[in-house]
Amino acid sequence: MTSDLTTMLHARFPAQIIAAHNYRSQQTVLIKREGLLEITRALKDDPSMAFDFLMDLSCVDYLKFGKSQASAPTLTTPSPLPYYMEPKTDAETWTRGVSHDEYRFELVYHFYSSSLNHRLRVKVPLTSADLTVDSLTGLWHSADWFEREVWDMFGVRFAGHPNLKRILMYEEFKGHPLRKDYPVRKRQPLIGPAN
Amino acid sequence: MAAPAADPPVTRNMFLNIGPSHPAMHGIIQIVTQLDGERIVSTDVEIGYLHRGFEKESERGPYNNVIPYTDRLNYVSPLINNFGYCLAVERLLGIEATERCQYIRVIMSELSRVCDHLTCVGASAMEVGAFTVFLYMIKAREWLWELVELVAGARLTISYGRVGGVKADLPEEFVPRTRKALEDVRKVLLECDMLLTRNRIFVDRMQDTGVISKDKAISYGITGPFLRGCGVALDVRKANPYFVYDRMRFDVPTGSHGDNYDRYLVRMEEMEQSMRIVEQAMSDLPPGPLNVDYEGKVLPAEVMVDEAKMGHVAGFKSVRVQVDPTLEGSTRGYHDAVNASEKRAVLPAKEDTYGNIEGLMHHFKLIMVGHGIRPQQGEYYSAVEGANGELGFYVMSDGSDRPYRVRVRPPCFTIMAALPELLIGDMVADIVPTFGSVNMIGGELDR
Repeated sequence: MTSDLTTMLHARFPAQIIAAHNYRSQQTVLIKREGLLEITRALKDDPSMAFDFLMDLSCVDYLKFGKSQASAPTLTTPSPLPYYMEPKTDAETWTRGVSHDEYRFELVYHFYSSSLNHRLRVKVPLTSADLTVDSLTGLWHSADWFEREVWDMFGVRFAGHPNLKRILMYEEFKGHPLRKDYPVRKRQPLIGPAN
Repeated sequence: MAAPAADPPVTRNMFLNIGPSHPAMHGIIQIVTQLDGERIVSTDVEIGYLHRGFEKESERGPYNNVIPYTDRLNYVSPLINNFGYCLAVERLLGIEATERCQYIRVIMSELSRVCDHLTCVGASAMEVGAFTVFLYMIKAREWLWELVELVAGARLTISYGRVGGVKADLPEEFVPRTRKALEDVRKVLLECDMLLTRNRIFVDRMQDTGVISKDKAISYGITGPFLRGCGVALDVRKANPYFVYDRMRFDVPTGSHGDNYDRYLVRMEEMEQSMRIVEQAMSDLPPGPLNVDYEGKVLPAEVMVDEAKMGHVAGFKSVRVQVDPTLEGSTRGYHDAVNASEKRAVLPAKEDTYGNIEGLMHHFKLIMVGHGIRPQQGEYYSAVEGANGELGFYVMSDGSDRPYRVRVRPPCFTIMAALPELLIGDMVADIVPTFGSVNMIGGELDR
């Protein structure tokens, strides 16, 4: 039942789906930004998928992916196995499906179907030149706050969101803190009435 | 001459600011309400006062460094957060914790769930006037926290989970003490049930307030006791069993009206079900450590360290060392029982680190900067049943020794998003029980 979710989507939206994979028995489809509303509506309404929950929405900034010191080529990844360990024969590999340089950001939606008890991860790669994507607030109420949080933390705009403002940070805050080029130790002036 | 007809009285809605710091709000949050008389016309919920940048901080250090931060997410049931994060990293590595460890995780998760529900029900009972219930329930929670303290060595910020295992095994007297504590907690629950469930004042305040329909709740992404109060029997422990929940027999209680009173009943019943799980898990617990080794030798920890300093390490491999299980340097017997035999992720027992060169190398391979736990590139979303609903950890690895991205799906975030839905149409006084039944935990909501 669940194994053919990605193939079913592939057959139905061949033009919109960039890639699909199954990693650690979790299914993922990578879709084009333009197809988001169409595909998610089908996910919700099609009785063979019936995804009634938008469980989670987050974003990943691929700016430094695989570029940190510990993943540098001098230390090959994964690190060589010690003599007492057998290499795993059924090792799975994971690939993103698009280039990190071209698509810096990626939205990650987690859907869950309570009636069919299956999950699907939908990812939407975005270029840093145009960080806009359609809002899902018309389909799931939970998209409202999740999208506000992604806007707050990553600066992705959601077209059609009724109230797209910061949620965890304050309005005067400059920048988007979870982007990889935002320094962890950066301080911003405190706001509020003086004393 | 008839006087001109009087104009209908002009009324204006009043704006009332509740919070961010308000006695009836446990947690820092602002609710801006618009009132027509005492009726709530609209509300605006402001969150973020407790934002500490959990997700940003998690990206800075090695994998195990995230665990203390997870303690501070839902600080009423931190053990569940620990295990949820560990589960995500373990799946990312493709490893499995030992069976005994999984049973321990189930036991400790369920004890935490009871603590969380006791706090939630007790606090919301206090806010509608039943102060006695609060004191009774906090007393019961204290007995359970003593058990947590016995196992983890701390009460609140326990950091008990480890990638591939737990910090230490259960102490000797854990099972009898837990049986005693559960017996006492049951008595308290019975008493509280008699004080509340048919109490006219309590029922009038709770029934038909904070109502949400089943479909709305699903659309808002609400899970956990809150959703079950609406009549949806959805529980991650049943739907996608993790650890050893598939071997446990328990029921998923549901309500039917989706109001505060049903959520109260669901929580009360869930505590009983959690205690059922704890009892089953304790009786099925796979055998753990021996107290003495096959030669009957027991070495006190300090003696072992002194001996090792002098180079007397011959025979350490075969000797079990007696250490308090709440200390990191648990005996090798304990260590093997609760930690996965996975050298890529689990630190060696302290006897090995101090006693032989392989252990020392192994230790440093996991501790040195740039080495450590290094899952291959990939991503995993782990869902566990937190006390408030589905607690998700989305962990992503880029092949380095620190997580590339850690995203938490806090269960009370989605419930807070639905707060206007719950409040509009109710009276001002209903904010208090409704907000209590949301069980907002600031640490988890704002991260």
